[in-house]
Amino acid sequence: MADNLGLLSQKTLELLALSAAAIGISLLLALPLGMWLGHLHRGSFVSINVANVGRALPSLAVIAIGIGVLGLGFLNVMVALVVLAVPPLLTNAYVAIDQVDPDAVQAARGMGMSPRQLFARVELPLGLPLVFAGVRTAAVYVVATATLAAIAGGGGLGDIIVNQASYRLPGVIAAAIWVAAVALIVDLALGLAQRLATPRGVRGPAPILGPSPTAATLPGREEAPAPHRSRGRPGTGSRAQGKT
Amino acid sequence: MTAAQAAPVIPDFGGGGGCVRANRTFCWDWFSSHWGDTFEPALVQHLLLTGVAVMIGFAIATSCALVAHRRGWFEGPFVTVSGILYTIPSLALFQLLVPITGLTVLTAEIALVSYTLLIIFRNVLTGLREVPEDAREAARGMGLTANQILARVELPLALPAIVAGLRIATVTVISLATVAAFVIDRGLGAPIFAALQTSFKTEFIAAGALAVALALAADGLLVLVARALTPWAAARAA
Repeated sequence: MADNLGLLSQKTLELLALSAAAIGISLLLALPLGMWLGHLHRGSFVSINVANVGRALPSLAVIAIGIGVLGLGFLNVMVALVVLAVPPLLTNAYVAIDQVDPDAVQAARGMGMSPRQLFARVELPLGLPLVFAGVRTAAVYVVATATLAAIAGGGGLGDIIVNQASYRLPGVIAAAIWVAAVALIVDLALGLAQRLATPRGVRGPAPILGPSPTAATLPGREEAPAPHRSRGRPGTGSRAQGKT
Repeated sequence: MTAAQAAPVIPDFGGGGGCVRANRTFCWDWFSSHWGDTFEPALVQHLLLTGVAVMIGFAIATSCALVAHRRGWFEGPFVTVSGILYTIPSLALFQLLVPITGLTVLTAEIALVSYTLLIIFRNVLTGLREVPEDAREAARGMGLTANQILARVELPLALPAIVAGLRIATVTVISLATVAAFVIDRGLGAPIFAALQTSFKTEFIAAGALAVALALAADGLLVLVARALTPWAAARAA
């Protein structure tokens, strides 16, 4: 492992670059739409169910269908990663803004805030932790899927794991350990960022390690989302998204 | 990279129809003629892999959740350990288990079970904790013992959360069982990995679509099961 630090770090950078690009595109697509719908309290059926469908999509199957339709290579991998990352982001962004305490919203309106001020000063800060929970879920998911994407020519650390003929067992094992470590580090780092993003007044015991509860998969949510649930309730569901 | 980028190897030794030889996007003929020898067995194996993993995971996670329900300190360590397991990318976990348990079904099942633990544990525990204190008090007042309260009050009331956890776990395992074909030649992932050697598009799409369909069908089925098991939840929502 030590002899190949150069290769390992190069592949890690490939993996992180691919993941970051996919997350970036997904953020641009999902966050504005989700927050806007949440601000209007509209489109809950679509916003919630997109996560339920998205969670059910097996990532390898999405990549396989992508190979069939788009061929091997960067484009296919990127499309697959974005398809898998958008649902948790969209749903969490929607729920985060939609479920901001209505009393706080009313109070802000009563103080004479314009809708834009209301969004920027009340809804966004209060919804941010849940938005971050979605980003964290999506990021860990994308890192894991990007590893898998090596089979479709995506490059990155997965290249080493699926190519035992060239790298031999010790190399493959080292890469596997390293991938696991990268995923845990990304999860941990975003967990800390999530904590920092939480306004001090509403800071609760958020799990630093492991998947954070996300809003989308609370039991019974898909049929009738209870509007304006009180904050700080522990999530019953797990991630809004599956895993790879 | 590997053979995947080489020129496509035409299956059936060039004996296939024009669609197969031209490697068009989807050849229905090829799919239907290989349903019996490739896809149907793969589908059955996939269901078996998933069923076994979910059942074992459910047994382990539920017993641990029951322990944590009585002894609160147990929750932290279990969530940390299962959270770490959950975060490890599946391809890496399968590969890490190979030196220990070899290229066997056991390897696949250990990894698959480990991904269900956190999901089921958290849902069962939260379901039990969210049982209203009033219901528990009333049961205690009627003279029920702690075990009777668990069996007759807490578990039935926690059922929606438990089934929701099973649903997420099942869908997750269906998804990850495709990756398990990396270490064992079973399930719907097997045709996908086989197609990587030949770049034959129909096989990619057929196996991928079957896996997606299976996951969505299982998800829908478990929603119906949840409704059937908890008629009062639907009545309340209406």
